[in-house]
Amino acid sequence: MSGNETTTMKVETPSPMFDTTEMVLNMGPQHPSTHGVLRIVLKLDGERVLDADVVVGYLHRGIEKLSENRDWTQIILLTDRMDYVAAASTNLGYCETVEKLMSVEVPRRARYIRTILNELQRIGSHCLWLGTHAMDIGAMTVFLYAFRERELILDLFEEYCGARLTYNSMRVGGLPLDIPPGWDKKVNEFCDIMDSKLTEYETLLTHNRIWLERTKDIGVIDGPEAIALGLCGPTLRGSGVARDVRKDEPYAAYDEFDFDVPIGTRGDTYDRYLVRIEEFRQSLRIIRQAVDGIPEGPIVGKVPRLIKPPAGETYHAVESPKGEIGFFIASDGRSTNPYRFRVRPPSFCNLQGLPRLVRGHMVADVVALIGSIDIVLGEVDR
Amino acid sequence: MVDAIVIPLLKIVILLNAVLVAVSYLVLLERKVIAFVQSRLGPMRVGPHGILQPIADAVKLMTKEDITPARADRWVFTAAPIMVMVPALIVFAVIPFGPEVELFGRSVPLYITDINIGLLYIVSVASLGVYGIILGGWASNSKYPLLSSLRASAQLISYEVAVTMTLVSMILMAGTLSMVGIVESQRDASLWFIFAQPVAFAIFFIGGLAETNRAPFDMPEAEQELTGGFHTEYSGMRFALFFLAEYANMIVISSVATTLFLGGYLRPFPGVEGLAFLDLIPAWSWFVLKTFVFLYVFLWIRATLPRYRYDQLMRLGWKVLIPIAIGNVVVTGVAKVLL
Repeated sequence: MSGNETTTMKVETPSPMFDTTEMVLNMGPQHPSTHGVLRIVLKLDGERVLDADVVVGYLHRGIEKLSENRDWTQIILLTDRMDYVAAASTNLGYCETVEKLMSVEVPRRARYIRTILNELQRIGSHCLWLGTHAMDIGAMTVFLYAFRERELILDLFEEYCGARLTYNSMRVGGLPLDIPPGWDKKVNEFCDIMDSKLTEYETLLTHNRIWLERTKDIGVIDGPEAIALGLCGPTLRGSGVARDVRKDEPYAAYDEFDFDVPIGTRGDTYDRYLVRIEEFRQSLRIIRQAVDGIPEGPIVGKVPRLIKPPAGETYHAVESPKGEIGFFIASDGRSTNPYRFRVRPPSFCNLQGLPRLVRGHMVADVVALIGSIDIVLGEVDR
Repeated sequence: MVDAIVIPLLKIVILLNAVLVAVSYLVLLERKVIAFVQSRLGPMRVGPHGILQPIADAVKLMTKEDITPARADRWVFTAAPIMVMVPALIVFAVIPFGPEVELFGRSVPLYITDINIGLLYIVSVASLGVYGIILGGWASNSKYPLLSSLRASAQLISYEVAVTMTLVSMILMAGTLSMVGIVESQRDASLWFIFAQPVAFAIFFIGGLAETNRAPFDMPEAEQELTGGFHTEYSGMRFALFFLAEYANMIVISSVATTLFLGGYLRPFPGVEGLAFLDLIPAWSWFVLKTFVFLYVFLWIRATLPRYRYDQLMRLGWKVLIPIAIGNVVVTGVAKVLL
């Protein structure tokens, strides 16, 4: 039976000699390129994908509910475990939300350091994305090159806060630690290294004919449709929508720096690739400006020892490497833990665009598209 | 008696062992080469610089549990790896590693046999391997291997057309199908055929990559897509047979390319008298060296390029390589008649 009755995709009618059926293929949760424990149930006609059903929840730890029973500082540690490849970004999003609820002024020095950490984190996360994305398409050398540079970022974080993955690197009202002496110089050195390595990545991919054939016109989505699907971050910007929380609703110290928001034109996998590659450069630009201009001063604002925000609720979003990560928190003003805690995870929102993107493509494109939307399952499932 | 039976048998034993050792060290070489490209070290633990790694691998594979999936077709499942491995090995029968040499007062040719349809034998035997892949994928009774074996068979069949077409132009050049004859005709022409037939060489090389399922045409076993492909359900020694066959096929393609295009066991510039001192180096070492160059390029490509998609690969085969190969045959034929 052809799939005309069950799906909207047009199936080429096979010759009457052969009786063909659709095949249901279960991809994941243990599959080498579903980036963790994502499960996709594909409906295939030969190798063509008719429909895809994304199954999530294999990494659900109940972080939102857990947070309602932790005090406000302990939650920072839980936010590390959401987007575990960009822990500093989630730290920042959460801390700023609480600061907004408490109307705390964060010292300028702390905001600068937060910006540096956040942009280093963006480069680190994009390195991981680039490596795995290229590896999914078969270019395995890029993976190791990107991890080589990510290692330098992890070293910088280790020097700053002692941790390499789950940093717990921010506090409500500021930072737990000042930067160690000489750290800013090392960050600048890293920026120079990264600049030259970016050229190396691009040599291997950007003009490679196979790479172009594998990514151009794959998973095309235009701006309005991307917005309608709730896509965010580089995935949305690849479709030509210049939405970047750093520019539109500046937080930390972003309003003090010059940087561009790269956007794509066609909205295919290649555009999303180019957008992220350009984001590497813009992040380096921000880091250089921030490192050169770190002001003197305290690193923590005036925050009471026991954090107890006034009754009320608020929502605040920041631009994580994956997209717009937002936190909604409600406080009853009496207890030392949130009354309600809810995250708007960019990976989850981008993931809901995946069935739309893969429809009509081949099995090989499914893995390219999973890489292209850059998800992390810790954040999808929370 | 000795010439007819003992010497050929001895040669077969030596050759099979040499090929199997070469295959297992090719795996190590691949890991080392790719590691250096990727600024890693590769295997370093077993023996100095990991040179005993193939032995450790073999011991591991032999002691592993040999699983047959419950709903697999038991006989076909067992036969498939053998059907892949055997053709990959018997192709070596007609590959000339060197000319006749004097050993203990006897003249011993450094090839097992020189049949007058050597090239045809290679093409037909090498294409038998695809049956093992199809049957292995089908008998596993699992979806990923099935998809993979479909990919593999489509790929092998379409690229074989292009490769065989280039072989036709090589036959036109050499005027013989005997592998030794082809090498000797390059000596007579004092020219490696790669310079006379660069187009054929390019198509043969690309087609060879595709036929051996090597990157960037390694879709059948694309780990990131099909979780290992047709050997997903295989373990232990049966998996090892698939694995070894792939590397043996790489050596086959490289040695055929050496014989056809790089003058086989001939020294560089076979016609230039001034380089006659190069003849002091045994002829077979030229052959090994040239084959090694090809193998290195195979590994280098794998470390560098992303993977083609299945439909793009078929398009490249049918719409680009085959027309060019046919055109090349026509041009070669016309040139042969006119000159």
